[in-house]
Amino acid sequence: MIIEDKLRQTRFSVDEVPHIRVNSEVCQDCADKPCLYVCPVQNYTLKDGEVTFIWHSCVECGACRIACLKGAIDWSYPRGGFGVCLRYG
Amino acid sequence: MTEKFDAVVVGAGPAGATAALVLAQAGLKVALVERGETPGAKNMSGGALYYSEVLHKLVPDFWHEAPVERYITRHTTTFLTPTASLSLDFKDTDFGHPPYNGFTLLRAKFDRWYAQKAQQAGALLIPETVVDDLLWADGKVVGIKTRRDEGELYADVVIVADGANSLLAEKARLRDKTSPADFAVAAKELLALPRRTIEERFNLSPDEGVASEFVGSCTEGIQGGAFLYTNKASISIGIVANLNRLRESKLSIAELLDSFKEHPVLKELLKGATIKEYSGHLIPEGGLKAMPRLYGDGIILVGDAAGLVYSTGLVLEGMNFAIASGFAAAEAAKKARQAGDFSKKSLAYYETLLNGSFVLQDLKNFRRTPGLLAKSRLYELYPALACGTAHRLFRVDGQPRKRWLALVKDEMRGRISLLQAVKDIIKAWRALL
Ligand SMILES: Cc1cc2nc3c(=O)[nH]c(=O)nc-3n(C[C@H](O)[C@H](O)[C@H](O)COP(=O)(O)OP(=O)(O)OC[C@H]3O[C@@H](n4cnc5c(N)ncnc54)[C@H](O)[C@@H]3O)c2cc1C
Ligand code: SF4
Ligand code: SF4
Repeated sequence: MIIEDKLRQTRFSVDEVPHIRVNSEVCQDCADKPCLYVCPVQNYTLKDGEVTFIWHSCVECGACRIACLKGAIDWSYPRGGFGVCLRYG
Repeated sequence: MTEKFDAVVVGAGPAGATAALVLAQAGLKVALVERGETPGAKNMSGGALYYSEVLHKLVPDFWHEAPVERYITRHTTTFLTPTASLSLDFKDTDFGHPPYNGFTLLRAKFDRWYAQKAQQAGALLIPETVVDDLLWADGKVVGIKTRRDEGELYADVVIVADGANSLLAEKARLRDKTSPADFAVAAKELLALPRRTIEERFNLSPDEGVASEFVGSCTEGIQGGAFLYTNKASISIGIVANLNRLRESKLSIAELLDSFKEHPVLKELLKGATIKEYSGHLIPEGGLKAMPRLYGDGIILVGDAAGLVYSTGLVLEGMNFAIASGFAAAEAAKKARQAGDFSKKSLAYYETLLNGSFVLQDLKNFRRTPGLLAKSRLYELYPALACGTAHRLFRVDGQPRKRWLALVKDEMRGRISLLQAVKDIIKAWRALL
């Protein structure tokens, strides 16, 4: 099942400004690219050998922040009340 | 909102809500700051709250009013290979009587209820508010900076309960560096299934629940595991895997969950279930070795932010540790207030309390388990050996039977030496027994 389908029932209140920014220039020198594997919603993907990042469906776990050892990720929580809003958890 | 509180608690999970509740009960002026729309809106766990003496004391017979799902009477641990499963299945209806050994629950509901308890006791809940930084004066923490206009809050003591991905523990310089080796990430689905179907499929009476753990092919042999918990009319299912192991093996946590659900054993159990929610979360699994410093001048770390999670592979417990540490932090803050001294030296009482309770004793007694759990054989070889031996044991093929030990030896041949297996057993023995 693709992630978008899984997330269909999950509530989000998306802010206009991204809370995570990725400096993809740094990614070019990153051999392992752990972000591709640790993100539960697969926000990091490889397109033509380059890492692309989307943030709308971020579930705010912090895994990419800790896994990236290159400092490419400028990571913060979304503004209060925004982002994922779990009904079950 | 430049205001002075006796205490500010950051994060309304079980650790923060406990601290705020205890401090408010003692008559302190306390603020509980939470970034979610409501407490629990950001929180996810597998779903079992095990016996918590503190919670029983704070809210006697809490299960009558708290939104718990089912009391757990059945525990299963299962070794998986792609086609087979071998389980230890323990059921004891004795776990089904007050005070109960554990409950399954859903955090969005439970945490909201629990934070309300703190509110009712007099704590000021400030939701939808992110704490971005600490306020310092003369090298001491004196408050917090929220992401709001004039969002500074001053307090004698700041209790940091912001969870596994604790940005504030780093800001407070209580944690030097976060290493991916010390964290696991989890992906979870909440699946709806009718109540009766759950009870029939999982062999449960009404209100009884099961807590199931899986190791082996569910993580394709890397450090981690899968879980399944039954709620009233839903199932919590998920995968946990270590961040470094995911990187090394190039396995996606999201895809592991998908293939786990396709395992023949799971597929039967989940037939007809529909997805209601998908979420992800970090777990600090480094144990004692990865623990940050627990306090500083004017600041205390509690719960996941302090790395207080107990994981042996069979169970993952953090909520009861969070509650116990939130309680200890509140007691230390109360004592500091009496002495009028919120220095590091005074707040050291927090660690004294944790040392006297199961929180640090469990982590110390089981300090070797993180090392043991990092061994890849546990996730790859041993589940395969166990299922392979069982296969040979049960297989009827018209050939003369072998004695049991010979079966085990056959299974082991070429995969692991007897000496190595014995060494592993001794290691496990030392870590667990
Ligand atoms: C998949 C999984 C399964 C688990 N299974 C179990 C289990 O079966 N049993 C068990 O006992 N434990 C389990 N745990 C562990 C348990 O969930 C945690 O140990 C527990 O939630 C820790 O509580 P806490 O209060 O310390 O942190 P959390 O519950 O994470 O609460 C932190 C709170 O702080 C808020 N916050 C964070 N940053 C900020 C900020 N900057 N500003 C404002 N607010 C902020 C968050 O929104 C959140 O409400 C599991 C965990 C996972 C991920
Ligand atoms: S881990 Fe960091 S540096 Fe490497 S590809 Fe991902 S974001 Fe880029
Ligand atoms: S915080 Fe978690 S969900 Fe969000 S992008 Fe990073 S890994 Fe993915």
